[in-house]
Amino acid sequence: MGLALLIRMGVGIVLILALAPVIMMYLTWLERKVIARIQDRFGPTRVGRYGLLQPLADGVKMLTKEDIVPAGADHWLHTLAPIVIVVPVLMLFAVLPLGPRWIVTNLNTGLLFFLAVTSTQTIAIFMAGWGSRSKFSLLGALRTVAQLAAYEVPMVLSLATVVMISGSLSTTAIVEAQQARWFVATPWGFTAFVIFLLCALAEVNRTPFDLPEAESELVGGFHTEYSGMKFALFYMAEFLGAFAISALGAALFLGGWRGPWLPGWLWVLVKTYGLVLVMIWIRGTWPRFRIDQLLAFAWKCLLPVSLTNVLATGLWAVCPWPWGTLAAVVLIAAAFLTTSQLWIPKSCKAPERVVS
Amino acid sequence: MGQGLYTLNYLGLAMLAAAALVVPLLPILLARVIAPKKPGSTKQSPYECGVPAAGDPWSQFRVQYYLYAIAFVVFDVEVLFLYPWAVVFKSAGLAGFAAMAAFLLVLAAGLVYLWQKGALEWD
Repeated sequence: MGLALLIRMGVGIVLILALAPVIMMYLTWLERKVIARIQDRFGPTRVGRYGLLQPLADGVKMLTKEDIVPAGADHWLHTLAPIVIVVPVLMLFAVLPLGPRWIVTNLNTGLLFFLAVTSTQTIAIFMAGWGSRSKFSLLGALRTVAQLAAYEVPMVLSLATVVMISGSLSTTAIVEAQQARWFVATPWGFTAFVIFLLCALAEVNRTPFDLPEAESELVGGFHTEYSGMKFALFYMAEFLGAFAISALGAALFLGGWRGPWLPGWLWVLVKTYGLVLVMIWIRGTWPRFRIDQLLAFAWKCLLPVSLTNVLATGLWAVCPWPWGTLAAVVLIAAAFLTTSQLWIPKSCKAPERVVS
Repeated sequence: MGQGLYTLNYLGLAMLAAAALVVPLLPILLARVIAPKKPGSTKQSPYECGVPAAGDPWSQFRVQYYLYAIAFVVFDVEVLFLYPWAVVFKSAGLAGFAAMAAFLLVLAAGLVYLWQKGALEWD
C-alpha cells in the first residue's frame, strides 16, 4: 500500500517535470498567437507549420546566448534567483487535481500549501532585483514586494470563503463540495472569483499589474540584468505560475473535473485554458496601472470588499434561503460602491510626482 | 488513508522539490558549456540606457514601502487566524459566526484607521 502510493507519486513527479517545460513553451506560442490576432497580426509563422516549432527555436537561441552578470552584482543572489523562482512554481502542480484520484499529493492542507508556496515568489524576485545592482532592477523589485504583499491579502481572504463553505483545505474535497453547483454560481462565490482573478493577475505579474517588469518605464524591471537561460527561467516561472493559478481557479470556483460528456481531466484542462485565455485577452486589451493606482486598488477596494465578502458568505450560509442571498448581495454591493466612491476620484487625478 | 500513509505525502513533496531542481539547473549548466563567454567592462556595466551609471543603486528608498509592508504583516497574520475558523465554520454555528464577525469588525476598524492616517497614500 505504502509502496504503491510512493510509485504513484513518483510517476506523478516525473510527469510534472516532463510536461511543465512543454506546457510553458506552448503557452508562449499561444500567447504570441492570440495577442497577435488581437493586434491584427499573424504572430509566429516561419518556424514550422503555424509557427508551432517557434518555442523550440527560442529555446535553442536562449541556450546559446552569453550569460552576462553585471560587474558589481552579488554573484550568488544573481545566479540563485532564477532557480529559487522556478522550483516552487513546479511544486504547485503537486496539489492541483485532474480528477478525484488524479493528484500527486492529496494534502488535506492543499490550498494553504498552494498559497504559501506562491508567496515565496516575492523573495526570488527581490533576490534578482537586489542582486543585480542596477537601478531598474531594484525599482522593479521594490514594486514587486509592495504589489505582491498588497494583493496577497485580498486573495487569501477571497479564498477563505471557499474554505468556509466546503469545510476543507484539500483541493479534491473542495471540488467534491461543488456537486450541487459550482461556487462561482453563488453571490459570494462570484465576488470571490472576480477578486481572485484580479489578484491572480497581480500575483503572476501580468498586465495590467505587470509593474515589476514594466518594459516601457523600467526596461525589464527585476530581470533587466538577466540574459540567456536565466532570463528564460523567469519567463518559465511566470507562465507556469499563470497556468497553475488558473488551474487553482478552475478547481475552486469552476467545479474542477465536473462537467457533462467529456472525461474529467479534459474538463480541468478546458477550464484552465479558458482562464489562461482570459488572462491573455486582458493583456491584449488593457493598459498598465500606475503604481499609486495599483496599491490604492488593492488596499482601498479589493481588501474592504473581500473582508465584506467573508461576512456575506457567513450570512449566506447561516440565514434561510432568500434572505441569506439577499443580504450577501446587498452587503457586497454596498461595500463596492462605498469604497469605489472613496478611492476612484483621487486615483484618476495625475499625481504631482511618481518616482521610485 | 491511514496516518502513516498520509505522511508519505510530505515525502512526496520533498522528492518533488529535490527533483524539480533539475528543471532550472540542467539548462543553466548546459548553457554554461554551449554559450560563448566574452566578458568586458562595458558589457558588464549595469544597464542605464547607454550612459555611464551614476551613483550606487544600493541606497535609500521610499519609506512608503515599509508602511505597506507593516500593514501587510498585520493583515496577513489576522487572515491566518481566519483559516482554521473557516474550516470548522459550519459546525461552529451562530456563536462561531458572531465571534468571527466581531474579529472582522476589528480588522475593518484597523483598515479604516490606516486609511484615515494616510498610511495608504502614495504621495
